[in-house]
Amino acid sequence: MKKEILDIILTSRSNKQTLAVITRVADGMQWAMLENDSENHKVFSPLEIDTIKKSMRDNKSGLISDEKFFAHIYTPPLRLIIIGAVHIAQFLAPMAKVAGFDVTVVDPRSSFATPSRFPEISLLDEWPDDGILKLKPDTRTAVVTLTHDPKLDDPALVETLKTPAFYIASLGGTRTHGKRLERLKSEGFDEKELLRINGPAGLDIGSVSPSEIAISILAELTAALHGRLVKSKNVSA
Amino acid sequence: MEEKFDAKSNDDVLTTVFDWTKKGHKAALATVIDTWGSSPRPIGSQLGINDKGELIGSVSGGCIEGAVAKEAFKVMELGTPRTLEFGVSNEDAWEVGLACGGSVRVFVERID
Repeated sequence: MKKEILDIILTSRSNKQTLAVITRVADGMQWAMLENDSENHKVFSPLEIDTIKKSMRDNKSGLISDEKFFAHIYTPPLRLIIIGAVHIAQFLAPMAKVAGFDVTVVDPRSSFATPSRFPEISLLDEWPDDGILKLKPDTRTAVVTLTHDPKLDDPALVETLKTPAFYIASLGGTRTHGKRLERLKSEGFDEKELLRINGPAGLDIGSVSPSEIAISILAELTAALHGRLVKSKNVSA
Repeated sequence: MEEKFDAKSNDDVLTTVFDWTKKGHKAALATVIDTWGSSPRPIGSQLGINDKGELIGSVSGGCIEGAVAKEAFKVMELGTPRTLEFGVSNEDAWEVGLACGGSVRVFVERID
């Protein structure tokens, strides 16, 4: 691999772009291709270009064209947006970072969202709905609300439900969650939309301490990412 | 000074490989390009190797990294990429294999 290609991979990652690096297995020659790349890559047939573009959309690396080429798809990191710079967030944020997520904690209360409480984590001093609008969750983003405070959690959920975020969760017991769903229903969301909110947040593994709750949320989020989430605890409004 | 592994910031194979070459080290990159059966790491998983024998990342659950690193040294010397195949391990033989019963194909290249 030429250093230039390595540089392109790292740059596209920090620019949050999806990139394909195509290697000719026989001799190691490599080409880099962005998703909206219109450059004329003469070495590939139109069919091969289509296959590469499809691999990028599906985020699926693999051998193509009778194993002539290896298409390596590099996607930007998954994101986790945490609403509420609370005690549990102090565990969830670094754990999610280790798990490869780009983590942002949103909290307008400046005494909570401090760099000393969240070293090396991005902090956003905004109201949760503004924060969500700014961060624009996509299909590779998870959103978890942790404040317990409807004033902060609800606006975040309202905006998040309008996005394709792959995992949405809200901390709070079954009764709290039931009331939350009632409030959101009166905001105009139907039952199917509200089912997207995982509440109470996290897998039921008997978590008690903040770190254990963070583990249960991270586990549920991972299950959602891989399409293994079992909806069994849903509370109706 | 030798750098210590930090899962929070330094688990990225390509960043580490890039840093190695910037510091003047020779380096190679091994990538899983195909798998059959229950291989432990998916296609696209990478292992970086430098001329001091330092490793970052993985291409298996630890069963074949040693053998891949050995080949990577040759690739670092000669510059010609190689494709390696590893299958099921045979407990009676002194050969490298995957205890999980899967097979992987690994592409090894030098960083130029």
